[in-house]
Amino acid sequence: MTDARRTGKPILTVEEVSLSFGGVKALQGVSFDVREHEIRAIIGPNGAGKSSMLNVINGVYHPQQGTIAFKGRRRHDVDPHEAALQGIARTFQNIALFRGMTVLDNIMTGRNLKMKCNFLQQALYWGSAQREELEHRAKVEEIVDFLEIQHIRKTPVGRLPYGLQKRVELGRALAAEPTMLLLDEPMSGMNLEEKQDMSRFILDVNDQFGTTVVLIEHDMSVVMDLSDRVVVLNYGRKIADGTPDEVRANPAVIDAYLGVAH
Amino acid sequence: MAEQLPDTFPRLLLHQAKTRPDRPAFREKDLGIWQTWTWTQVADEVRALACGLASLGFKRGDNLAMIGDNRPRLYWAMCAAQTLGGVAVPMYQDAVAQELSFPLQDAGIRYAIVEDQEQVDKLLEIRDQCPQLAHILYDDPRGLSHYTQPGLQSLDAVMQAGRDWHARKPAFFVDEIARGRPDEVAVMLYTSGTTGKPKGVCQTHTAFIRAAESGCKFDRLRPEDNILSYLPMAWVGDHLFSYAQAMYVGFTVNCPESGDTVMTDMREIGPSYYFAPPRVFENLLTQVMIRMEDAGRLKRGMFHYFMKVARRCGAEIIDGKPVGLADRLLYALGNLLVYGPLRNVLGMSRIRVAYTAGAAIGPDLFRFYRSIGVNLKQLYGATETCAAVCLQPDRQIKFDTVGPPAPGVEVKIADGGEVLVRGDILLKEYYKRPDATAEALDASGYFHTGDAGYFDADGHLKIIDRAKDVGKLAGGALFAPNYIENKLKFSPYIREAVAFGPGRDRVCAFVNIDMGAVGDWAERRNLAYSGYTDLAQKNEVYELVRECVEKANAELAADPMLSESQVHRFLILHKELDPDDDELTRTRKVRRGLVAQKYAVLIEALYSGKTSQFIETQIRFEDGRTGKISADLRIAEARTLGADAARSAA
Repeated sequence: MTDARRTGKPILTVEEVSLSFGGVKALQGVSFDVREHEIRAIIGPNGAGKSSMLNVINGVYHPQQGTIAFKGRRRHDVDPHEAALQGIARTFQNIALFRGMTVLDNIMTGRNLKMKCNFLQQALYWGSAQREELEHRAKVEEIVDFLEIQHIRKTPVGRLPYGLQKRVELGRALAAEPTMLLLDEPMSGMNLEEKQDMSRFILDVNDQFGTTVVLIEHDMSVVMDLSDRVVVLNYGRKIADGTPDEVRANPAVIDAYLGVAH
Repeated sequence: MAEQLPDTFPRLLLHQAKTRPDRPAFREKDLGIWQTWTWTQVADEVRALACGLASLGFKRGDNLAMIGDNRPRLYWAMCAAQTLGGVAVPMYQDAVAQELSFPLQDAGIRYAIVEDQEQVDKLLEIRDQCPQLAHILYDDPRGLSHYTQPGLQSLDAVMQAGRDWHARKPAFFVDEIARGRPDEVAVMLYTSGTTGKPKGVCQTHTAFIRAAESGCKFDRLRPEDNILSYLPMAWVGDHLFSYAQAMYVGFTVNCPESGDTVMTDMREIGPSYYFAPPRVFENLLTQVMIRMEDAGRLKRGMFHYFMKVARRCGAEIIDGKPVGLADRLLYALGNLLVYGPLRNVLGMSRIRVAYTAGAAIGPDLFRFYRSIGVNLKQLYGATETCAAVCLQPDRQIKFDTVGPPAPGVEVKIADGGEVLVRGDILLKEYYKRPDATAEALDASGYFHTGDAGYFDADGHLKIIDRAKDVGKLAGGALFAPNYIENKLKFSPYIREAVAFGPGRDRVCAFVNIDMGAVGDWAERRNLAYSGYTDLAQKNEVYELVRECVEKANAELAADPMLSESQVHRFLILHKELDPDDDELTRTRKVRRGLVAQKYAVLIEALYSGKTSQFIETQIRFEDGRTGKISADLRIAEARTLGADAARSAA
C-alpha cells in the first residue's frame, strides 16, 4: 500500500520542542517532521507525551521552548482557531461530539469555519444564507457517503455505538477539508472489524483527498500497517524515528515497550 | 395492453424510450438525493455501455458478469450485453471470492462489470483461477486509483469510449438490436447449489418476457407503479420484478442508497409493488412489536385492541367477504388510528400488490400483513421457471396454497406427487450440462421441479415438501415430513421438529423448544430451571408443546390429503439439534437419516408405547471437546382428530 503513495516535502517541522507542566516534563527537546501526503504515527507507552505533542501541534498547549513550522511558517506557538484556519483538523481520544444532535448536524459543525453568513442571515435562512447552507450540505453528504454512514444520518449521535461515533467524529474533522488531520487514538475501544473499517477510511482519506495524517495509536499492528513513518516517544523524549520496519528493529523501542531490568 | 410488444429486452427498452420518453425509469439515492433517469436517458446510457463493451471486443455469444448491489448501471449492463447478443450473468454480491470462482469459470466469463473496490479485490484474488477473465470494469472508482492490474478499467472510461464509438458508427446500436432473436439466451442465473455444484440456468428473452407479461397482466401493473429493488440481482425474483417486468411495463425501479438504508428508502419511495421473502416480513413485524412494547400505555393499549379487531375481520375485509357493520366501523376507526400509521411507518402505504416467496410463510405472519390492509400474496416458482408458475389472485387468498397456475403455464402432478411444469417460461438448458438438462426436462417438455404438491378443490396448488423427502405411511397415506415440521415450527415455542412415519402406522415427532421464547414464557410464570435439558422436561413445558402440536394436528386434519399425518406422540429432545454435532446442515436443515440413526432408541420408544426413555448422547462443545449428556425423556400423547370431526370443525 505505502509504496504506491508519493510523499512530498516536509509540511510540518517540529524543532526542539519542550513542554512542562510545573515540574512534570511532558516533552523534552523533541524534533521531527511530517511530509506532505504522509501517514505519520506517534507511538509510545502511556504517559510518553503523545497527546501533548498533538496538542502542541494544533495549539492547545504552548511549548516553553522550540518552534513549529507549518507550511513553511515558523512560529513559537499558535492558538487552535488559527491552526484550524491553516488547515489542521483533529479528533479526540474521548469522543467530543454533540450527543443530542444528529450525525448530519454534527458534521455540519465542522463546516463552521467556512460559513460566511452572519447569525441573522442564517436565522432567516434566505438568499445567500440558503445557498450557502445547501452548498455545505452537499459537501457534508459527500462525507456521509465517503464514510458509509447514510443509514444513521438523522440519528442523534448519543444513540450510536462507540465505533460509529468515532467515525462521525472523523467526518466532522473531514468537513473542514483539512490539509493535515490529527487523530488521537482513532481505534481505541474498537473491535477488530471496526478497526479494519477505520483503517480503510484513514487510508482512503489520505489517498483520495491527499490529506496528511498524524495519528496516535496503541494497536501496533494497525500502526505498522498504516503508517509511512513512525516517531517513538518515551518519557517525553524521542527515542526512535523511521519506517515501521526500522522502528520495530530498534533496541531502544523494544526496551521501552517490553521494559528492561533495572 | 392489446398491441403486440417487442420480443427482446433491448427492443423493449427502445419501445419504452419511444412511448414514455420522459417518465422516470430508474431512481437511485445518491448523496442524500434521489437521482432520476428517464427512459430516454436509460436508452442513452445502455447505448454507451453497449458500444463501450463492443469497443473492448465483446461479441455475440459472450457472457457478461455483473456483481454488486442493486445499482442502475448494473441493470443497464444486462441490457447492454443483450443488445450485443450476449448473455447477462448476475452473481451474488455477498459471495466470498472462492464462491465466485466456480460460476466465473463455468460461464467462461471474460468481461465482468462490478460495483466497487470490494468486488474488484475479490476478482483479483481469484484471477489466477480464472485466467480467461480479461476485463474488470468498475462502477465506483473509490480506492481504485492506484490499481495497475491489466484489464482493470472504470465504467466511466468504457462508456466514454462507447460514446465515441457511437459517434463514429451511429447505426451500430440499432443494427445490433435488430440482429437479436427472441429465442436467444438473455440471462443466465445460477442455482443456489444446496445439492452439488451450482448450475447456470439459461433463460431466453421469450421466457422472461412471457413470465413478465403474465404477472403484469395478472396484477394489472402500470407504468406509474414503483418498486424498490433491494434483493440480490442474481436471484430470479429480482430479475423478474426489477428487470423483466420493469422493461415490459415501464414502471420505475428505485435503487436504495445502501443495504442499511432500505427501511428509510422504502418510506421515502412508498412502492406500490413490493416483493420480499418471508424473513423480511418477519423482521419488520418483530421491529414493530419491540417498538410497541416500549410505547406508552395508551398507545400500546390502542395498538393491541385494534390488532385484535384486525385479526377478527381485517383479512376478510381485504378479501371482500361479508363482515358485520359493527366490525366494519371498528376496522375503519382502527385504520385511521393504527393500521394506516403502521403501514406508513413500514413504507407500505401505497402498496397495491405485495408478494412473498422462497420459503413457507407462517400463517400468523401472513394474516398480520393482510389484516392491516397490505395486499400480501404468495407465488410459487423456481429459477428454472422464471419464478412465475403460480400466483395468488386478489381476493382468493389462502395461506397454505400458492394459487392456481399463472396464465399460459401448465402444471401437472406426477404419480409420485412431483409438480411438473410446462410453458414458455421454462429454461432452455443448464449451461454446458446436457446431463442435468435431460434429467430436469422430460421428453414431453415438462420441467421436474423436485417439489411435491397437489391441487386442492379450488384448483390452487399446494406445495408440501421436496419430492425426495415424501414417503408413505403403512396405510398408504401421503407423508410429507417438512410440511408437518413447518406446521409445528410456526409456533414460536418450537424451534426444530423432526417427524417420523414412512412405513409406520402413524406419525410421531421429536421437538426442540425455542430456548428464548420458552425461557421467557417460564420466567413470566415464575418457573425455575437450570438449563435447556431441565426446562425441556418440565411438565408445564410439555403441556405448552402439546397445545402447539394439537393446534398443528387440527390444521392437518382439516386437509383430507394430510389428515393421516397428525402427530400422535412426541417427545422434547434433551439437547438442541446442532450443526456441530452434524444433526443439522450449516443452513439449519435437519439431516433426517443421521438423526434417525443417532436416536433410534427414542424412535422405538415413541412407537412402542413407553412413557419415558433413558438416553445418553455424546455432544461436541464449540471448542472441540466432547462430553456426555443424559436424561430420562418423557413421551407425551397428543390428541388427534378423526377426519369426520375435523371436517365438521373446519
